[in-house]
Amino acid sequence: MRPEDILISTPLGLCCKRGGFHIDPVRPVEQALITHGHSDHARAGHGAVLATQETLDIMRLRYGANFAGSTQAIAYGETLTLDGVQVSFHPAGHVLGSAQIAVEADGLRIVASGDYKDARDPTCAPFELVPCDVFITEATFGLPVFRHGDAQGEIDKLLRSVALFPERAHMVGAYSLGKAQRVMALIRAAGYERPIYLHGAMETITRYYQQRGIDLGETPLVRDATKADLAGTITLCPPSSLQDRWTRRFPDPVSCFASGWMRVRARARQRGVELPLVISDHADWDGLTATIKATGASEIWVTHGQEDALVHWCTTQGLRARPLDIVGYGDEEETDVVAAQGDGA
Amino acid sequence: MNRFAELLDRLAYEPGRNNKLRLMSDYFRNTPAPERGYALAALTGTLSFQHAKPNVIRTLIEQRTDPVLFGLSRDYVGDTSETIALMWPVDPAKRPNAIPSITDVVTILNTLGKLELPAQLARWLDALDETGRWALLKLVTGALRVGVSARLAKTAAGSLGDKAPDEIELIWPGLAPPYLELFAWVEGRGERPQTDDPAPFRPAMLSHAIEETDFAALDAREFCAEWKWDGTRVQAAAGTRPDGRHVARLYSRTGEDISGSFPDLAEVLGFDGAIDGELLILREGRVQSFNVLQQRLNRKTVTPKLIAEFPAHLRAYDLLFENGEDLRTLPFTERRTRLEALLKRLDTPRIDLSPLIPFADWETLTAARADPASAGAGADAEAVEGVMIKRRDAPYVPGRPKGLWWKWKRDPFIVDAVLMYAQRGSGKRSSYYSDYTFGVWTDGGELVPVGKAYFGFTDAELLEIDRFVRKHTVSRFGPVREVVHDQGQGLVFEVAFEGLQRSTRHKSGVAMRFPRISRLRWDKPPRDADRLETLEKILVKIEQGRGPAPEATGAEKRDRMPL
Repeated sequence: MRPEDILISTPLGLCCKRGGFHIDPVRPVEQALITHGHSDHARAGHGAVLATQETLDIMRLRYGANFAGSTQAIAYGETLTLDGVQVSFHPAGHVLGSAQIAVEADGLRIVASGDYKDARDPTCAPFELVPCDVFITEATFGLPVFRHGDAQGEIDKLLRSVALFPERAHMVGAYSLGKAQRVMALIRAAGYERPIYLHGAMETITRYYQQRGIDLGETPLVRDATKADLAGTITLCPPSSLQDRWTRRFPDPVSCFASGWMRVRARARQRGVELPLVISDHADWDGLTATIKATGASEIWVTHGQEDALVHWCTTQGLRARPLDIVGYGDEEETDVVAAQGDGA
Repeated sequence: MNRFAELLDRLAYEPGRNNKLRLMSDYFRNTPAPERGYALAALTGTLSFQHAKPNVIRTLIEQRTDPVLFGLSRDYVGDTSETIALMWPVDPAKRPNAIPSITDVVTILNTLGKLELPAQLARWLDALDETGRWALLKLVTGALRVGVSARLAKTAAGSLGDKAPDEIELIWPGLAPPYLELFAWVEGRGERPQTDDPAPFRPAMLSHAIEETDFAALDAREFCAEWKWDGTRVQAAAGTRPDGRHVARLYSRTGEDISGSFPDLAEVLGFDGAIDGELLILREGRVQSFNVLQQRLNRKTVTPKLIAEFPAHLRAYDLLFENGEDLRTLPFTERRTRLEALLKRLDTPRIDLSPLIPFADWETLTAARADPASAGAGADAEAVEGVMIKRRDAPYVPGRPKGLWWKWKRDPFIVDAVLMYAQRGSGKRSSYYSDYTFGVWTDGGELVPVGKAYFGFTDAELLEIDRFVRKHTVSRFGPVREVVHDQGQGLVFEVAFEGLQRSTRHKSGVAMRFPRISRLRWDKPPRDADRLETLEKILVKIEQGRGPAPEATGAEKRDRMPL
């Protein structure tokens, strides 16, 4: 039994022929297993979708009620058998509802981890280690220059800046699903109690998080505020709106961006960011390498990101490793094109 | 060190001058001595460490990381010392529990031998986080590059009390890190530090640009005029210490000590006083253009070859002090007589007097400005960028007093060029396409970029251009948009500039000096914009000695000073 007999990489995404399903397919398929709700992993138009309840809810909020032919929710830790292949979902710690998918047949277990992080996040279930034979890992931050450090420390930096420039508005660019809510939760954890303003594109998902019992405090919409109201405040918005004409409604805005990419100065400068905040929902280099070791897997498949460096590192550790060239998974921040941009929110 | 690292980090990203000031004064206010004093030293470029060379640090990282991973990381990050700061491997269990302060770094580095340096640097790198390591590496290798001039850092220190930067410049040469007495004085806790420096900087007197309407009210007989030389304004100060040692310094217009870059000039300042003048390059008695001077400016290391090829010269305008006597309250004509006498005694070919332009009425001066070569500037006309008009009875007043000194610059060169690319600005302009690349036509009927400009237009015009860019984008590259630019469609700018030089870095082969958008030509189709040939003619003219600006084919020359 070779791992490739269970799961192979195809132009559509990871495919399990025996079980008749794809994982995070980039184009419509009969049966899709979805790791999490980010648009590069969760697409509309599949025949049947199996995912956590939260991921299904998020897809429904983003794509409308008819986003798939049929849906089935699966709880963390629950096992289903699809044509003799056992599948189970486990927390990935990436965003609300995100899961690693374990696929097992004939005593061989492969874990497709989707996107994951091992850092603390008050808005989703913590990453759970699933021992396996083959571990499929992302490599978004697969270079040793990426160490995300303490997210709360970055929030302190933001709050010091808000105190120093009380007449300016701080606009924090953050991916609208997951990152934005985590940033808000961290701001609250730092003791900041004033309203945190939202771009219109953030509203739906943020309200969903709040319904799921995640306390983000008072989060009014920018749309309902005057320019003067916004002095000395914090606003969460999609990264793409930071350079948009939308910013003109803010008094002398400070452009902030919460992302793991902010670790590299050239990236921050390219985007015209004035206050980079190194906060990521992906595992950093130390997180990737520690997780790979801890799974006990002897074979590592590396997808989307800096595959070369991580494959090289695996080899130095005596692990078999190869890159999986799956196209279509991107940097979610780059693809966070704001649907609501047109409404001037 | 962590707070200082955070400060440097913010400064590096913050584009606004006033915001940079706020960040620095906040830091100075909330950081105890001596830490803030060493920070001020770092920001003003006063620190230097002899042994901390980039290759020492490179060797350190090579011993600690996988070369393949380092190579991949370096390629990704694009900067070696940033890569080292980011990927420096730290074992949390072995992390030293004391984070070094700038004071530690400065005092230890000053006493450490070359051999002990690598191990000490490694201990500090182990103790710091990414931003801290980045700041440490910048600090020890001596290149902060966070967009802060020494002047701005002093301004921030002065803002803790109400001390103007000029007041700080006056005592600065006598001060040393960690500047305890300076902060005590600024914060009102101590006396003004006594400077026993025999060659201090005195704040310079600056002029106003003259407007057409000003002349009617001015009587030509009350004024002198001299050429406005196109070099760098400097102050040459010299004096003798109590121990008999002679001290000579060359200061920039803002009071930065630039003696180190011009030892050939500093060594001939054999007087006791302060001369205001222009730094120029002279070859065989001829003043060279600013293009030539630029090749000597901003060089870090001054080699004998550089000095021989670009000999520095001081053309004297004014005398502020002589043998301890403050001449600044005397009328200009009296100061000038004293200056003439001083230069005669000095008798060095490295320093000469800026000649006066003879004129009896404004018409004569207008003619002289239009053709300096025939009005006394002769072969040096190339290095004249206009005339200075000074009241005969004007005292030397620091700052920019009204009604005493006027500058009357030559008309700029003007061409009509076509907007090709627009880039988003930064800070307040980050949502506007406000940086423009423009081009002119080649013989082959192609547009070739000749320059970039990001000012000269009004706020209302910026909105119009922004709207045009957004509506006429043909492609995008990150923050840059390519804008439609063919024979019939596009936006024509009237571009004004001060000079032109040959450049191998630009496809067009020329680079403009101080270009700005002087007018929007919505009325003009791109096909009628200027051709590269026009720029080449201007260049030849500049190289042969600058006469009146040639008529550009498409653009009418604007006469801003008709008399």
